[in-house]
Amino acid sequence: MENPFRKITTLEKVMEFFHDGMTLMFGGFGGVGTPPGLIDGILEKGIRNLTLIGNDTGFPHIGIGKLVSQERAKKVIASHIGSNPFAGQFMHEGKLEVEFSPQGILAERIRAGGVGLPGILSDIGKDIELVAGNKQRVLLNGEEYLVEEALTAEVSIVFAKKADEYGNLIYDKSARNTNPLVAMAGAITIAEVEEIVPLGALNAEEIITPGVFVDYIIPTKGVNWKWAWE
Amino acid sequence: MGMGVDIRNKLAKRAAEEIQNGMVVNLGIGIPSLVPNHLKKGVNVIFHAENGITGMGQSPIKGEEDENLCNAGGFPVTLNIGGSYCDSTVSFGMIRSGKIDITILGSLQVSQKGDLANWIVPGKKVPGMGGAMELAQKAKKVIVLMNHCDKQGRSKIVKECTMPLTSRECVDLIITELAVFQVTDEGLLLTEIFAQGNLEDVVNKTQCEFAISENLKEIPY
Repeated sequence: MENPFRKITTLEKVMEFFHDGMTLMFGGFGGVGTPPGLIDGILEKGIRNLTLIGNDTGFPHIGIGKLVSQERAKKVIASHIGSNPFAGQFMHEGKLEVEFSPQGILAERIRAGGVGLPGILSDIGKDIELVAGNKQRVLLNGEEYLVEEALTAEVSIVFAKKADEYGNLIYDKSARNTNPLVAMAGAITIAEVEEIVPLGALNAEEIITPGVFVDYIIPTKGVNWKWAWE
Repeated sequence: MGMGVDIRNKLAKRAAEEIQNGMVVNLGIGIPSLVPNHLKKGVNVIFHAENGITGMGQSPIKGEEDENLCNAGGFPVTLNIGGSYCDSTVSFGMIRSGKIDITILGSLQVSQKGDLANWIVPGKKVPGMGGAMELAQKAKKVIVLMNHCDKQGRSKIVKECTMPLTSRECVDLIITELAVFQVTDEGLLLTEIFAQGNLEDVVNKTQCEFAISENLKEIPY
C-alpha cells in the first residue's frame, strides 16, 4: 500500500496522542461502531481521568463501556447510560460526573463542533428543568430557544468499514450512527478501519466522511467483544 | 415490565391498529418492539430507528445476525428493500422536523394532561433520556404502552406526574392491560376496555378522573 499522505499508521504510533485528563470523543451507539482496538490501546496504556463525549456508555464489556467500567473516566457527556450499570453506580458514588443531553441534540452539538459553529438553538426540553437548567435562552421570531453549546475534543476516534489512503471513509450499515459527526469534531481524528484501499477504489459519490477530517488511519483486528444479544 | 407474553402481545396488537399504510413509525424497546408482529396484511410501514435506520426489517434468523446492523436497543435487525442508513443527526432531523407519524413508547407515569415521565426512576436509576425527549416532543402521535399500575399497585395514570418529566402534554393515546384512553384537551377519555375487564376495576385502578366515551367499546382479545 502506498502511503502518500502519511496517514496510515499503527495503533502503537497513535497511542502518543492519548494522555491522562484528556477530552476524548468516540463514535458508536450501544457499542456498535466504536473502534475496538483503540479502546483496548487506551486501556493498556493506563489512561485515566478521561472526559468522554459520545452517544452512550455502551455495555460494561462493549465499546466505550470498557473504559467506563474500569474507572478511566471522570466525566461523560452522553444521552444514555442505562446499558452500563457501572456508569450509574459511579455517578451515584460521586466518582463520575454525567452531563445528559437529548440524543439528537447531542449529535447536533458534536456536528456543530465539527463544522465550526459555536452552538445551536433548540426547543427540545426547553420546559424540562433537567435539560434547560441554566442554559442561555434566545428569542428568535417570537419563539424562545435554548442555546446548546458545540462540542469538540482533543482526539476523536471512529470505526469505519473502509478508508482509502487519504482517509476518505465509508461505514457499515447502522455502525455509521455518530461516526461521521465525531470524525469532524476532533482536533485529531483517528479512524480504525476494517479495510484500507488505494486512492480511487472508493466511489467518490459514496464517500461519507471526506478524508480532510481524518488525520490517521489504523487497521482494525475486528470487533473483539461479544454483543449484548449473543 | 413483569408482564406475561399474552398481555404484552395484547397491548402490541392494539397499538398496531393505530398504524396505517405508508406511515413512518418509531418503536421504543420492550413491548413496542412486538408491534410489527401484529400489523395487518397489506399495511406497509417504514420503521425508523434513531441509530440511523429508515426502513428497518424484522429480526434476522438466528445465526444470520449482522454485528453492524442493530436497532436502537442494540438488538440485531434487518433492512427492508428500499431502506437506508444515515447518521444520528439525519435520523433525529427526521424526528424534529415532524416526519415521524407515530412513536410507541413505554412509560413510568402518564398524567391526565398527557405529560410523560419515563427517563428517571427516582432513587434507583438515571438511565438518561436517550432519544425519548425528541420523539415525545416531535412525533405527530405519541402512544404509550404500559402496565396500568406499578409493582406496588399504584396507578401509573396520575393527576400530576411525581417522577421527572420527559416531555409535557405530549401523549395522545395510553394503552394498558385494562383499557385504552385518549388524551384530550379536557383530560382523559376512556374509549375501550379489554375483554374480561370491567369499568369499576378501571376506575379503582386509575388515580385521576376521566370521562367515558359514549361509544365505549370492548376489545375482544
